[in-house]
Amino acid sequence: MAEKVLVVGSGPAGLTAAIYTARADLDPLMIEGMERGGQLMLTTEVENYPGFPEGIMGPELMDSMRKQAERFGTRIVSSDVSRVDLSSRPFQVWVGDDVYEAESLIVSTGASARWLDIPGESRLRGYGVSACATCDGFFFRDRDIAIVGGGDSAMEEAIFLTKFASKVTIVHRRDSFRASKIMAQRAIDHPKIEVLWNSTVEEVLGDDLVTGLRIKNVTTGETSVLPVEGFFLAIGHDPNTNIFQGQLDLDDTGYIVTEPDSTGTSVPGVFAAGDVVDHYYQQAITAAGMGCRAAIDVEHWLNSNEN
Amino acid sequence: MGQNTLTGTDATFTDLIGSPLPTLVDFWAEWCGPCKMMDRPLEEIAAEQAGKLQIVKLNVDENPSTAMQYGVMSIPTMMIFQAGQEKRRLVGARSKAQLQAEIASFIS
Repeated sequence: MAEKVLVVGSGPAGLTAAIYTARADLDPLMIEGMERGGQLMLTTEVENYPGFPEGIMGPELMDSMRKQAERFGTRIVSSDVSRVDLSSRPFQVWVGDDVYEAESLIVSTGASARWLDIPGESRLRGYGVSACATCDGFFFRDRDIAIVGGGDSAMEEAIFLTKFASKVTIVHRRDSFRASKIMAQRAIDHPKIEVLWNSTVEEVLGDDLVTGLRIKNVTTGETSVLPVEGFFLAIGHDPNTNIFQGQLDLDDTGYIVTEPDSTGTSVPGVFAAGDVVDHYYQQAITAAGMGCRAAIDVEHWLNSNEN
Repeated sequence: MGQNTLTGTDATFTDLIGSPLPTLVDFWAEWCGPCKMMDRPLEEIAAEQAGKLQIVKLNVDENPSTAMQYGVMSIPTMMIFQAGQEKRRLVGARSKAQLQAEIASFIS
């Protein structure tokens, strides 16, 4: 029998949608995905999620949300969705060889760290190249490292990495940071942080381990080598919408398009919430809020579509 | 710690990987979110392959020498050992099915 509601993804949007639909007796099934808990699993302290005056660790917040979803009966499958068919109802969702049918779908697959796609980057991943400062900063005690990016997360991660590294160089392609003033200033003023403005990383150097970066100054065109043993990426995220291509309307950058004032997508019965839709706010609390809206939208949609 | 996986330390590591069974070592730490995703798949595989493969969890925070000796610079990292020799290295979290495919050729 088809599930009433199937939730794909397990960040704040998906888990909030699960909590609400479970409490509405819709008996949700969640395919949580390999990146269980989403991007917050890669963070340290979250200081701006309301209700936690002393802050809370990202992974702990996600574990709590997951427990809350399970408490109301959410069933959870711990794998990635491999493909979907939204062309007819019930919708079909494949996890490997298993197929699930669902009357309605909440898509909350979020976004994943972006890579530069430069030579050496994927070959040296795990050998000095990392997209997770909180995971891997530990391995760079007393070493010189570099991080690329200019947003709040790049600043936060650069500052975090100074706990271990002897020196952190932020490589940024423009002459100012996009990050909030307070975060940018904290990074710029930090004695262990240096900034290479107007610069891009062209190549990650090293045979078995990272030994340096080939840097290009975009104003002068000059290239140089920055000797570092670690290279971290914090250049933003891409929405996880590959499996929905050609089935849901996506915008130019791959985000799911929703109807105005609703979480409804181009396919009736399919709703979307969180960073997979939102390329502007991208906060845990806004994702959770959108997950709640998707749950309420699903409930109304199922009620009005009952035969 | 899980019921089916073993806990490795700097002191016991050489003995553990010298086992007659192929040994998968999971390098992890408490503060690593993606490492937690591996707990369940590893626990399940350890149960399913009992007697054919042993799975050792090594906390890099508490056992830095082993992690350093093997040049671990990113976690989760999983290594497959046979008779004390590193045969394969997997960097980054992956699904149970992907892990099963990686270890298949080491299990007799």
